[in-house]
Amino acid sequence: MCALRAKEPLPPANVWGPAVALAWLIPGGGHFLLKRYGRAGLLAFAITGMYLFGLMMRGYLFHPVKGPDFLSTLMNYGGFVGNVCAGVLYLLTVWLGYSQPEAPGAVHDYGAKFLVTAGLLNILAMVDAFEIAAGRKD
Amino acid sequence: MPKVSLSHFEAALLFAFFTSIVFGVVSKTNDRDRLRYGLYCFAWFLAALFGLGWLMFLGHR
Repeated sequence: MCALRAKEPLPPANVWGPAVALAWLIPGGGHFLLKRYGRAGLLAFAITGMYLFGLMMRGYLFHPVKGPDFLSTLMNYGGFVGNVCAGVLYLLTVWLGYSQPEAPGAVHDYGAKFLVTAGLLNILAMVDAFEIAAGRKD
Repeated sequence: MPKVSLSHFEAALLFAFFTSIVFGVVSKTNDRDRLRYGLYCFAWFLAALFGLGWLMFLGHR
């Protein structure tokens, strides 16, 4: 039988907010702010590397548009959220005018997945930064 | 931005490499466990890659 653990109260937002916000904006930035320099460097390398390879494979950036069916709509919105979670990498890409149309081919497809996955990995980094800032993890 | 054209294997290997780094960094509580978990994830990615590759190869014979 497992013991039920009391739910820990959420610390004030000013404790974890800056770290989480910076973690979103700059991959590894949250860990850097929390003085975990080694982990910050590894996260920055992995997430930025993933994103840059996605761009070099000319991956497609998703747009939040309604598709012809529910699954397409879900993919468009989900992909868009994944792209946006890459933070400044996504913002720079859009601001610099990157607009790769959705094209057939395995390489383009891998590229789109790399771009989305970079954002999803950044969500993991944000959660980790939150846990460290909130004192739930070293 | 230069354009790269990778094979399925190269792209999947690269994906496994970057993803394993992040999994390793965020999941454990000390550096030794992080390194071990990152390598563990990478090994499973490779196992899945070869397993699914063989499955598709045999499925198309």
